[in-house]
Amino acid sequence: MKKLVSIAMAALLVAVAGCSGGGQSSAPAGTTGSAASGEKVTLTYALWDKNQMPAIEEMAKKFNEKNPNVDIKIELTPNKQYWTKMEAAATGGTLPDIFWINGPRIIKYAANDMLLPITDQIKADGIDLNNYPKALVDLYTYDGQNYALPKDFDTIGLWYNKKLLDDAKVPYPDETWDWNKLKEVAKQLTDEKKGVWGIAAPPYGQDGFYNTIYQNGGYIISEDKKTSGYDKPETIEGLKFWTDLINEKASPTAAQLSETEATQLFESGKIAMMYNGSWMASAFNKNEYTKDKVDVTYLPKGKENTSVIHGLGNVIAANTKHPKEAWEFVKFLGSKEGAEILAKSGAAIPAFNGTQDTWMQSMPNFNLKIFIDQAAVAKPYPISKDTAKWAKLETELMTKAWAGQMSVEDASKELAQKMNEMLSQE
Amino acid sequence: MSSQLQPEMHAAVQPKTKKSLNRMKRSDWFWAYLMIAPTLIGLGVFYLWPIVQTIYLSFTKWGGFGKYKWAGLHNYELLFKDPYLWIALKNTLIYTVVAVPVGIAISIFIAVLLNQKIKGITIYRTLYFLPVVTMAAAVAMVWRWLYNADYGLINYLLGLVGIEGPRWISDPAIALYAVIIVAVWSSIGYNMVIFLAGLQGIPRSYYEAAEIDGAGPIRMFFKITLPLLTPSIFFVSITSLIGAFQVFDLIYLMLGSKMGNPATEQTQTMAYLFFTNGFESGNGGYAAAVAVVLLVMILIVTAIQMKLQKKWVHYD
Repeated sequence: MKKLVSIAMAALLVAVAGCSGGGQSSAPAGTTGSAASGEKVTLTYALWDKNQMPAIEEMAKKFNEKNPNVDIKIELTPNKQYWTKMEAAATGGTLPDIFWINGPRIIKYAANDMLLPITDQIKADGIDLNNYPKALVDLYTYDGQNYALPKDFDTIGLWYNKKLLDDAKVPYPDETWDWNKLKEVAKQLTDEKKGVWGIAAPPYGQDGFYNTIYQNGGYIISEDKKTSGYDKPETIEGLKFWTDLINEKASPTAAQLSETEATQLFESGKIAMMYNGSWMASAFNKNEYTKDKVDVTYLPKGKENTSVIHGLGNVIAANTKHPKEAWEFVKFLGSKEGAEILAKSGAAIPAFNGTQDTWMQSMPNFNLKIFIDQAAVAKPYPISKDTAKWAKLETELMTKAWAGQMSVEDASKELAQKMNEMLSQE
Repeated sequence: MSSQLQPEMHAAVQPKTKKSLNRMKRSDWFWAYLMIAPTLIGLGVFYLWPIVQTIYLSFTKWGGFGKYKWAGLHNYELLFKDPYLWIALKNTLIYTVVAVPVGIAISIFIAVLLNQKIKGITIYRTLYFLPVVTMAAAVAMVWRWLYNADYGLINYLLGLVGIEGPRWISDPAIALYAVIIVAVWSSIGYNMVIFLAGLQGIPRSYYEAAEIDGAGPIRMFFKITLPLLTPSIFFVSITSLIGAFQVFDLIYLMLGSKMGNPATEQTQTMAYLFFTNGFESGNGGYAAAVAVVLLVMILIVTAIQMKLQKKWVHYD
């Protein structure tokens, strides 16, 4: 018994010694971490789009060449988990030094002091904000403070499969098309036996019904961000555009699209046309099938010539240990040099004015000019302080309407009522 | 003198032994606690304290990023008016009532089959155990493709024999059962190992005696195997019941929440409701209230099971 006890004690001692040893050895690492600039510094940069990884890696490398003491650690999290992770990180005070932010989150993060304001840095370093589209600079300004340098923007176009249209002897869509023409052709292209549909109508906002709502003169949220536009007849009509396409069997059903994503169907030649963002260009350009079989054009016309625009920003966490180095990196990402790298990769339209041509030329097989043209007429992505709350409800109710479990009117009106309640509490 | 001394000595010795006994006991206690300290501390820090915290948080209202204030019973008032709570309760109960007994029955059946001397027995046992060591995410992804109504293998095979397969994961009436099938499939391996251990603890002599008395294999199964396996069945039923009440990963991964699946809303469970509120809407207080309701449910059911076990579990 005694022997056993002493063996156990020895084991415990070793374990305790091991722990404290570990603690001691990690301590010096911590001190170097918080040391002044000039010493080695590692910044974490979080993002969600793997299509942009090669360009981002190149930017990080270029930045590292100029600032050999700063290493950039890139952290890729798929979009689906990104905000769940950031929310937990923000709550626990462990946000990455620099990270991507989008419109729906900016006010929430800025208003809760999670982000480092960069107004002073912009002034001190003489950054000219006129180099970026005004809509994007405004998007990332809250309470008179700038929080991000715009990174890129995206607009929506009508992508189409040339081969499927050729086979059906239908001329390619162009700027003369309107909603009715699209419906008509979509029906014509649908061939149930072959499992081919004219268009995909998933219940998506930015690359779907936001565009048709705006084109129809409706809105999602009022400019003062106090009321919902979902009870307006124009908005409801913009939604019905999509459900009609499903009801007329010109698109797979909502259930089908939830099992196999619209993009997957498009990339395997099962869908002739689809609304999708400029962010898809580089993926379509790399895909063997879509590389030379698809192209893109303007969205079919509604009552108004418009669509939706959104763009990302690079922000710095308020509690970063290296605000100076982080700002240097954000500045580089937002510079013309950084934008050119992103433009050449084709992964996204850079926000820095004048570099968009490089992006267009990076993939000459697609008519990418339409995305730049739309930026001039597009309306901003709808946001409020707590966008995620009503956006979740929006997804739930629109899914029901799309699946036919509820009429579009009922779903839209219920959404408006609940959204108004939420907005009044913001 | 000796006669005088003896009682004295006796008296002196007696308390001394008592004292040393006490001391021994005390030092035994000390060592015992020291030995279990790592587990105890772990239990306290990682289980008990979070439970206390969760109960406290269920009475708070959350702003952004973990800032909260006391809100009394507000969350519970909202919760019992929330139609999703009743959907989640119903689904959690259906899931538990179907998945647990079916899973146990199939596991026992396979454990009995694999408790014989056949060639390659370890290979079969490994095959049945494989799903247990596979990540839930991988399991869910593979099954998503198998279940795909338009391009999946299952409906393709059904189509070959002229049956039009259902929309397994996007039909609200079926999706829950599709998930149950996967859950049962992936739980068989773990349960089977427990049952195998239980089966191997049953003495051979019982079967030999039964054979002499002329009992057939089916009778032997119901009169010997099953009663003597009840401790294992009890253990497995408690653990899988608790697991079933907390089912989340398969539902989340197979039915997805942001892809516009028409079946998701009707298929959510308590843990799913907890996740969407706590981590997607950032409503931690409300999520904590959901967790407390779930905790109470599990406590009640486990208490009932513990009470009932006297009636059907045979320990020898």
